[in-house]
Amino acid sequence: MSTIIYVPRDSTAVALGAEQVVAAIRREAEARGEAVSIVRNGSRGMFWLEPMVEVATPEGRVAYGPVDAGDVAGLFDAGLLKGGTHALSQGLTDKIDFLKNQERLTFARVGITDPVSLSDYIAHEGYAGLQRTLTMDGAAIVKEMTDSGLRGRGGAAFPTGIKWNTVLNAPAAQKYVVCNADEGDSGTFSDRMIMECDPFVLIEGMTIAAVAVGATEGYIYVRSEYPHAIIALNEAIVAANAAGYLGSNILGSGKEFNLTVRKAAGAYICGEETAMLESLEGRRGLVRAKPPLPAIQGLFGQPTVINNVISLASVPIIMARGAAYYKGYGQGRSLGTLPFQLAGNVLHGGLVEKAFGLTLRALLNDFGRGTESGRPIRSVQVGGPLGPYLPDHLFDTPLDYEAFAAVGAMLGHGGVVVFDDTVDMAKQARYAMHFCAVESCGKCTPCRIGSTRGVEVIDKIIADDNRTQQVHLLRDLCDTMVNGSLCAMGSMTPYPVLSALNYFPEDFGPVTQAASAAI
Amino acid sequence: MNRQYPFDIDAAKAAITAHSQERGSLLPVLHAVQEAIGFIPADVVPLIADELNLSRAEIHGVISFYHFFRQHPAGKNVVQICRAEACQARGGEALAQHAETLLDCKFHATSSDGQFTLESVYCLGQCACGPNIMINDELHARVGADKLDRLIGAKRGTP
Repeated sequence: MSTIIYVPRDSTAVALGAEQVVAAIRREAEARGEAVSIVRNGSRGMFWLEPMVEVATPEGRVAYGPVDAGDVAGLFDAGLLKGGTHALSQGLTDKIDFLKNQERLTFARVGITDPVSLSDYIAHEGYAGLQRTLTMDGAAIVKEMTDSGLRGRGGAAFPTGIKWNTVLNAPAAQKYVVCNADEGDSGTFSDRMIMECDPFVLIEGMTIAAVAVGATEGYIYVRSEYPHAIIALNEAIVAANAAGYLGSNILGSGKEFNLTVRKAAGAYICGEETAMLESLEGRRGLVRAKPPLPAIQGLFGQPTVINNVISLASVPIIMARGAAYYKGYGQGRSLGTLPFQLAGNVLHGGLVEKAFGLTLRALLNDFGRGTESGRPIRSVQVGGPLGPYLPDHLFDTPLDYEAFAAVGAMLGHGGVVVFDDTVDMAKQARYAMHFCAVESCGKCTPCRIGSTRGVEVIDKIIADDNRTQQVHLLRDLCDTMVNGSLCAMGSMTPYPVLSALNYFPEDFGPVTQAASAAI
Repeated sequence: MNRQYPFDIDAAKAAITAHSQERGSLLPVLHAVQEAIGFIPADVVPLIADELNLSRAEIHGVISFYHFFRQHPAGKNVVQICRAEACQARGGEALAQHAETLLDCKFHATSSDGQFTLESVYCLGQCACGPNIMINDELHARVGADKLDRLIGAKRGTP
């Protein structure tokens, strides 16, 4: 009987040498006459251990990591195939603290299954949600989503049930479901992990959305920077079509849903839903003024459900286990779980799915274990490039949409980027404006011109050229951008800039402290 | 008139017709052309305009809007270095400076020997393991100066 060995196909594992590890395991097993069968699973999201090799034993899966191809012979010597002890041993995978202390609902299968094996997906509760959906009418499905309390996980946190209900009630011959998979925020990788490590859960979520609102066509708009995700999604779509889970007659129900992956082309602004629609229609990704809402006039002018990857990937478990089960996690109006992403200068970086309500400090210390450099954490940016930089005294804020909003912060997509005490916050503020200048769609003046002027003003502050006046000017410019921009790109770029100025004034030079106190 | 192109015009034409029937087909068409011949030559724009019934200005506007599309051939190897926050927090900017020295080439330019084009990228989605880079289609995580030297050395070594 052959031993099952798991080596992730997740792009992080690949970027750290997983292919070489697989080749070494095959070579070593053959040389020793051992029968092994290698499964390319997804990543468990403990990236400091990647490539993490797991071996199936009667006690459960045993983990080793981070494994280099050069370690493989030694691992075989130590009895790898029986889960033997080695310097790289991590013990039973499920008992690793980082993993054991999570609440994985959306990521329940990630790292466990073969991402593109439909039978593996079904064996792990896959498509149970769709089966139940097919016995319900649209209004009942939408009610279940509303009752679950699920809010958009892409950043805006709009209630998913309300959005679906608008599309359900919009009369049209053709409706669409579009998945916004343009995860461009630095520090976020949960969408990428779902697409690479459990693509069927996204496909199932989109199919449920389509059945709920009566849509027959769908698109997944994926960033060009994610080639591995595009490959995994396309493999999974082929398998789902072949088995009747997609196509013209889903599981014999008479319902139709056809799904296409559309590759983006490196424009950050296309993560904004109306810019994404323009891009899908073949144009420059210019933001559209709202109204009309995309739920009423979306793709090709038709009613369209637009959700982000994690929102849609959370749908199957809600439909399989019911709204009450999902709602049992979280607190207040932030219900269910959010896959937090620990990134940047952090010792144990990776994916942590937890119910809302954990504090940021607990996430940084209990899961992240502080910085990788070993120096103190100085600042943390939560929610992507448009999120403010938080100082230590705000780390006890619970991870909850309202609690974050109350301190002028945002949870956004759940990305957490850690900086140690070597960071120069004036440079980070300048970078935020520079990024906006590079990525602005150019449609509205505050964002297009404001960001370029913002870089210039910050340069003058750093150079101590009329610093006090320039700080006033910067605040005035930020006010114009916040209130005058057409979308979140221009209106939120001031958040990281002003947070750096307010919480870390010493990095901008001495005069700024007085200026900051005066305003 | 027989015109000589520095690229395979038939491959470009085939790429256009293969995707022209999709809805909102311009991005898929441009991706297919770039995949087939490495960039989107000015000479191909009128062919796309004709096939999709769009103006040349509109197509030029789309090509120039998206960072991914190139209007000129790239060097033999494209080196993309992530410049976003998570990689910055792990020494990404020092790596970016090292890359400019190593390749003797600024960002958004091609080295004088035509071997390397150096580009910025904003997030490769490996934010817990930076600094991250992509060389052609290969992703590399935790790249310090030494690892970059090795990776570039290996590319220089290939004929």
